Amino acid sequence: MEFYLQALQLSLCLASMCMGVFISMKIFNIPDITTDGSYTLGAAVTAVLLSHHYSMVIVVLASIIMGAVAGMLTGLIHTKLKIDALLAGILVMTGLYSVNLVILGRSNVPLIGIASIFSGFKFFTNETYNNLVIACIVISGLFLLIRYILKTDFGIAMRATGNSETMTRALGINNDKMKIIGLAIANALTALSGCLVAQYQNFADINMGIGIVITGLGSVLIANALKNWFKVKSIAATLLLVIAGSLVFQMVLAVTLASGVDPNLLKLVTAVFVLLIVALPVMSNRLKNK
Amino acid sequence: MISLQHISKVYNKGEVNEVTALRNIDLEINKGEYVIIIGANGSGKTTLLNMLSGAEKPTTGKVVINGEEVTRYEEYKRSKWIARVFQNPYTGTASDLSILDNFRLAALRTRQKKLVVGIDAAFRKKVKDMIARLGMGLENKINQPMGSLSGGQRQALTLLMSVMDEASILLLDEPTAALDPKSAALILNLADELIKEFQLTALCITHNLKDARQYGTRLLQFQEGSLLRDLNKAEKSALQLQDMFQWFE
Repeated sequence: MEFYLQALQLSLCLASMCMGVFISMKIFNIPDITTDGSYTLGAAVTAVLLSHHYSMVIVVLASIIMGAVAGMLTGLIHTKLKIDALLAGILVMTGLYSVNLVILGRSNVPLIGIASIFSGFKFFTNETYNNLVIACIVISGLFLLIRYILKTDFGIAMRATGNSETMTRALGINNDKMKIIGLAIANALTALSGCLVAQYQNFADINMGIGIVITGLGSVLIANALKNWFKVKSIAATLLLVIAGSLVFQMVLAVTLASGVDPNLLKLVTAVFVLLIVALPVMSNRLKNK
Repeated sequence: MISLQHISKVYNKGEVNEVTALRNIDLEINKGEYVIIIGANGSGKTTLLNMLSGAEKPTTGKVVINGEEVTRYEEYKRSKWIARVFQNPYTGTASDLSILDNFRLAALRTRQKKLVVGIDAAFRKKVKDMIARLGMGLENKINQPMGSLSGGQRQALTLLMSVMDEASILLLDEPTAALDPKSAALILNLADELIKEFQLTALCITHNLKDARQYGTRLLQFQEGSLLRDLNKAEKSALQLQDMFQWFE
């Protein structure tokens, strides 16, 4: 039980990143690989600032800002230098590996015995429950914030940009600026995820971001499947499903681990699982048409 | 209202595949004129419209709108004056967004899109009333995604969206090319109504000579990048379809 509750907490910490991937992938149609780097960036900044006893507000803000800067960089390379978004993301991600290593100072920084966001408030004496409640509060706050942004006039303009750039240009929207801001928001959310996960697992590791974009993508795809299933249309419900997608994803991994699969195979399981989610609609269509 | 001065457009200048799309075009369009543009493929009609919208920049010459030189302005900066309807009905609207969201953006065409929720009861009512004039029953479906509608419906909504905000110039680039005859007639009638009602200055490209004769207050014919004919309202209404067909022989 404890094991699954921890997986639940992890899924909530990762939900921030999933919302980020939702913004880049679904709203802007940009496959943003920066995610791998900005996730570790958030964790690295958090680990170093926390071990130097900075206040939580500064730690969280610094993570968010650093993530936003990374996203803006990808956006600038993509829009101003007209470089393919995928390549722009890979370039920034690659560069971030060194940046993260410089910030961390070594490949792994433990946070044992250092106060975290999860130990900062006491709602329950049981640590697992307490962690869960705090993760819930953080993600609820984020959900409300992103939902609000997407419903504003600015948010509508953002969502339209990914749909028809010709239309948005004709309606007075600077598409380049929109994409840069969108990638900044997406990577700020991703870095915040790194910040939360570092505190959840009590360490930051230079390799923790490798393949994390697949986790985000998988969760967004699950959300998409659920969206078609429940015939959801509103943007608020879609965002909620992205959080649910993160939850489902981590639960599947938890069940896999609990069933005795070698932890070394976890990335392979993740990749196959995402492949299945992508392939299922295609395969079921093919069966139907037979 | 609109002044094009010595506009030329050359593609691939200096290379073997050099093409001159527009040759030294001078054109004055007054407020309230509804200009129909005809011409064979490659005659420069679309390039001319692109010079106005900002989708392309002229090689030489000046574009002036309302006394302001806009030659180097990007497309999004010209939305202050210009509303557009595209040849592809799916281009002018965002599929994943609701009808209401699409109209909200259109209502902000000339203004900043701010971080505030702008859709309220009054705005909903305004959109519903606006859409009701189409008689398509879409006013009860404003929360549906635009992607669930047909090309004709989307083109009609794109037209309505163009007058949601202060509009002065309307550019129509073969707006009915992808539509069936019934939808096409509906779109052109609606355009005609809106242009009169909102006193728009409009330019419309068409390949349909019957439509070219029926609508508009001025007729331009392009040929190989030059302005071949420029007919005013009286000259235009005296035209016979047969004469027009002969222009293309």
